[in-house]
Formats: sequence, C-alpha cells, structure tokens
Amino acid sequence: MLNKKVNLKLLIEIFITFFKIGAFTFGGGYAMIPLIEREVITNKGWIKNEEEIIDVFAVAESIPGAIAINSSTFVGYKIAGRVGAIVAACGVILPSFITITLIAAFFSKFQDNPIVKAAFMGIRSTVVALILMAAIKVGKKSVKDKISAVISIVTIILVLVLDIHAIFSIVGGAIVGVIIYYTSPKKVAQITGKGDEEN
Amino acid sequence: MIPMIEKEIERNRWLSAAEFFDIIAIAEMTPGPIAVNSATFVGYKAVGLLGGLFATIGVSIPSLVLILIISRYFFKFQNHPLNTAMFYGIRPVIAGLITTAAFFVAETAIFKDELSMDLLIKIFSQPLQVINIKSIFIFIISLVALKKFKLHPILTIALSGVLGILLFYVF
Repeated sequence: MLNKKVNLKLLIEIFITFFKIGAFTFGGGYAMIPLIEREVITNKGWIKNEEEIIDVFAVAESIPGAIAINSSTFVGYKIAGRVGAIVAACGVILPSFITITLIAAFFSKFQDNPIVKAAFMGIRSTVVALILMAAIKVGKKSVKDKISAVISIVTIILVLVLDIHAIFSIVGGAIVGVIIYYTSPKKVAQITGKGDEEN
Repeated sequence: MIPMIEKEIERNRWLSAAEFFDIIAIAEMTPGPIAVNSATFVGYKAVGLLGGLFATIGVSIPSLVLILIISRYFFKFQNHPLNTAMFYGIRPVIAGLITTAAFFVAETAIFKDELSMDLLIKIFSQPLQVINIKSIFIFIISLVALKKFKLHPILTIALSGVLGILLFYVF
C-alpha cells in the first residue's frame, strides 16, 4: 500500500477526512475510533481490517503527544506514506486551531455561556456512548481467549482503581506477549495462524 | 501535560492563573486534543495570531516526528511472529484502556460524583442518586442511534449538542 503513487486527489481526500474527524473529536482520542472506523474503513476503504486500527492506537498511546494527532499521523502514513502522515496531522489539527483562535479572539467567556454549556453536556453523553462502542468493538476483536480476557480486566482494575499510568499496562501486555513467544510455540502458532487467515 | 504548561506560563509570565484555568475549561469543551487547544490558546493570548500558530505547530511536531520514525520500523516488522505475539498481549490492554476512558468521561458527563468504589456500588443500588437522568437519556438515545440506526458519529454528536441545549437550557 505504501508503494501506491501518491496523488494530489488522494492527499486532499485524506486532508478533508481528517479535518472532519478533528472537528468532531471531543473528550479525548479514543472517541475518535468510531469516526476513524466510519470514514477510513467503511467509507473510504483505506484500511481493511480493524485490528490495524487497534494497533495504531496502541502505538499512539505509548508515545508522548496527543492520541488524536499520533493516531491520525499513523493512519495517514499507512494510507499514503510520509506525505500522507503530514497531511493527516495537519487536517486533524486545523479545526482545533481555527476554533480556538476564534474563541480567543472574539469569545473569551465562551465556557461561561449557558447555551454552550448545555450543548457541551449533551455532547459529553454521546462521547461516552462513542467510547463505549469503541471499547466493545475493540474488545470483540482482541479478547479471544482466557489470557487476553484476564489482560483486559487487569488493565481496567489497574487504571481505574489503582490509578496506574496507561503506558505501564501496555508494556505489561507486551511482556505477556513476549513471554508467550518464548515459552509456548503452540500458542504462537495459534496466534499467528489466526492472523494469516484474516489477511 | 497541563502541569507542564502551567509551569512554563508562570516562568514566562504569559498569563495569569485565572486566565489559565479558563483556558483549560475551553480546551476541554472544544473539539480536538486538550493539549493542542490549550497550547493554541496560550500562544494566542500571549502574542496573537502568530503566537497561536507557532504554539500549535510546536506542540504537534514532536508527535509527528516520532510517529514518522516509528511507523517506518513498525511496518517493517509488522509480520514478524514476535511482533504478532506482542500485539496479542497489547490489544486486550487497549480494549481495557478504552473501557476506562469511557468511565473517565462518564465521570463528568453522566455521574454526579467522582469515580470510586462507592460510586460503582451505588450505580446498581441507588442509580437515581448518582446518575444524571438527562445525561443518561441522551446517552441511551445516541447509543441506539449509533448502533441500531447506524447514524454517522458526526451527526450523532451534532444531534446531542442540540438535545443538550433543549434539555439543559430550554427546559
């Protein structure tokens, strides 16, 4: 896919798509997943399977910077290489820049406006729904046996109850994977075999 | 990230503490990453349009460069069995993290109290005491719209903004 000839039309499409996604990403990067899914997988078919999106978010969460920018850049890279990455990042950032500049210039008491507050309360509820849907979808794709179910539940407890930083649970998950790789060839065959079937 | 911005602002005397907290509130209520939004705002307040532009670019470039470096290697080793095994372990973590993210947003959107064991118990024992009825109504409507009617997420967000104005402002 990376060898595809990068043409201007594709780049404009990437820009517009991520502009749309950026303009409607409220409440953190994970709320983006259903948007990316709808636009990048369903509508455009730029990415074929959902596992790839999950892996993109794994990387996006593991490195510094906003999840939204990291994941958009990564997806952009996947679609059209380095230029695609830059275009996607610009697209996803621009709505923020425009909105904030307008508010800073003309509407400084934005957050105290009762209508804005009411609309924002409504949007927050939908954001919860969007993130929950993403959680269920990603869960279905990634929790396939006992080990992965335990990893998921332990992550929720660590982060929600014990307030442990997300990166530690990602490293933990990776370590479990590495241990499996070196100790259980059977399991590895099962995992990679499954991967091949899907591709 | 927010404590880092706060420290820099203090050091450079770009704006006052009260202004800073306003900015965080605005950054949370506008689309886009809080980090980018607040950086843009601080930049604008300090120097104007160019300040906003440079702050936005400055806060985004580390991400961009890091991802460009990582993606080169990521796609190179993507099909290596060790990589597959690692992501077998990481994917369920991501599922868990997204679930917790839903809870964290719900903390400010749907629940009346802060997240705690007590709250989790009350959700089941005395739901009316800890759950905001109007919010849960919008939550359920959007869930149905998204899942059953496959409404576009963007449209659902726009709709919930209107519903929010109706429920929390008009009535």
